Amino acid sequence: MIDTVFWPLVKIVVLLNAVMVSVTFMTLLERKVIAWAQSRLGPMRVGPYGVLQAIADPIKLILKEDITPAKADKVMFTLAPIMSLVPAFVVFAVIPFGADPFYYVADINVGLLFIVSVTSIGVYGIILAGWASNSKYPLLASLRASAQLISYEIAVTMTLVSLILTAGTLSMVGIVEAQQEAGVWFGFIQPVAFVLVLIGGLAETNRAPFDMPEAEQELTGGFHTEYSGMRFALFFLAEYANMIVISAVIVVLFWGGWLRPFPSVDALAVLDYIPQWCWFFFKMFMVLYLFIWIRATLPRYRYDQLMRIGWKVLIPIAIANVVITAVVKVLL
Amino acid sequence: MAETIAFYTLSVLILGLAVLVVTAKNTVHSVVSLVMTFLCVAALYVVLEAEFLAVIQILVYAGGIVVLYLFVVMLVNVGRPPEEHRDPRRLSVLGLGLAGAMLLEVAGIVAYSYSRSTSSVTAPAGPSPVQGNTEELGWLLYTDYLIPFELASVLLLVAMVGAIVLARRDL
Repeated sequence: MIDTVFWPLVKIVVLLNAVMVSVTFMTLLERKVIAWAQSRLGPMRVGPYGVLQAIADPIKLILKEDITPAKADKVMFTLAPIMSLVPAFVVFAVIPFGADPFYYVADINVGLLFIVSVTSIGVYGIILAGWASNSKYPLLASLRASAQLISYEIAVTMTLVSLILTAGTLSMVGIVEAQQEAGVWFGFIQPVAFVLVLIGGLAETNRAPFDMPEAEQELTGGFHTEYSGMRFALFFLAEYANMIVISAVIVVLFWGGWLRPFPSVDALAVLDYIPQWCWFFFKMFMVLYLFIWIRATLPRYRYDQLMRIGWKVLIPIAIANVVITAVVKVLL
Repeated sequence: MAETIAFYTLSVLILGLAVLVVTAKNTVHSVVSLVMTFLCVAALYVVLEAEFLAVIQILVYAGGIVVLYLFVVMLVNVGRPPEEHRDPRRLSVLGLGLAGAMLLEVAGIVAYSYSRSTSSVTAPAGPSPVQGNTEELGWLLYTDYLIPFELASVLLLVAMVGAIVLARRDL
C-alpha cells in the first residue's frame, strides 16, 4: 500500500509543485532573455534585477477579477483552461529524471506513445476556449490551432517512429538505457529527427515562430482574448508546462536523458560525480533556452506558409527518415 | 475487487456519456461528451491490461478524429440551434427492428460463449517469440493477421481516394 499509493502520491505532489515554480521562473527568464537579445534590461523593479517579478505576476493574476463574457458558453468556458492544463501535467508521470525508480513516477512500456497521446488531448482546451468565448477572434484562433496541431502531430509522430526503431523500445527509461548501451546519444544518430521534433514541438506548444493561434497583432491574443484572472493564468501555465514537457522529451529521446556526455568514454568517468538529475535538468534548461532564443530571433510564419511547411516539407522528410532508418537497421 | 469496481464505474460513465452524446442540444457539447466517452473506453482498456490499445484509442480517436469532428462542427454550425424533425417517430419501426436484431445477436453471442468450455479456446498458431503487449500485437499483425491488416490499409486508401474524387468534380 505504501509503495503503490503513498510514494507515488508524494512524488506527484512534489513534481507538480516543481513544475509550477519552474513555470513562474520560466516567464521571468523569457522576459529577461528576450530583453537582453533586444538590448533592453527587462523587468528590473521588483526585487534585485527583477527576480521577484516571477512572484509578483502570479499574485496579480490571482487577485484580478475573473470575468465570464455574458454570451459565453459558461460550462465550456470554465472547462477549457482545465482541459488544456491537465494533459500538460499528466505527461510528467512517465518522464525519468534519473536511472533509479526514485526519480520517476511510473515506467510504463508504452511511455512514448502515452506522451504523444496525452499531449494530443491538450488541443481541446484551445479549441473549446475559442468556441466558448463566442467571439470572432478566439474562434479564428481555435480553428487555426486545430488545423496546426493536427498537421504537426502527424510529422512528429512519424519522426518518433524512426526513433523507436533506433531504440527498439517505447519505454522512456528503456530509450535512455538504449543510448547507454549504444554509447552515443541518439541526437547524433538521428539529427534529422531531432530537428523535426524540435520544429514540431515549437508548433505544438504554439511558440514563436508558430504562434499563429495567439498572434497578438492579428488576433489580439487569440484563443484567450476573453479570459482574465486565474483562468488566463491556467492557459499560461499550460503553455509553459507544455514547453517544459517538450524539452524533457527532447532530452530523453535525443540528448541521453540522465546520461553524462560521452557515456562510453571511461576517461570522463569523473563526470559521474555530478548527480544524474543535475545532468537532466541542465540539458532541459539548454533546450528551454533554445526555445526562448528562437522566439527572440525568428519572425512569425504566415498561416499558409505554416501549413505548407507542415504538410509538404516536414511530413515527407519524416517518412523518408523512417524508411532510411528501417533500411539501415535491417542492413546492420 | 478493485477491478470490478473500476469496470462498473467506467461502464456507467461510458453509457451515461454516450447517452449525452445523442441527447445534447448543442453539437459541440455532444462532441465533447464523445471525447469523454473515448477517454473512458481507453481507461477500460487499461483495466483489461491492454495499455497499447488504450494509448492508441486516445491518440487516434480522442486526439485525432474527434478534433476533426469539432473542426467541422464549428465551421458548419456556429451557435445555430438544431432543427426539429417534422415527425420524430417516422423511423421508429425500423429503429425497433434494428434494436431487436442487435439484442438477439448479443444474446446469441452470450449463449454461444457459455456453451463452449473455457479450455476449448483456440491457441495461437505458434508460440510467439516476443514478450510484452505491444510486441505481441505487432507479431500477430505481421504473421497470423497479415492479410486482414493489409486489407484494412487498402480500405483506408480506397476511402481516401473516394473522398478526393467526391470533393473534386473536375477529376
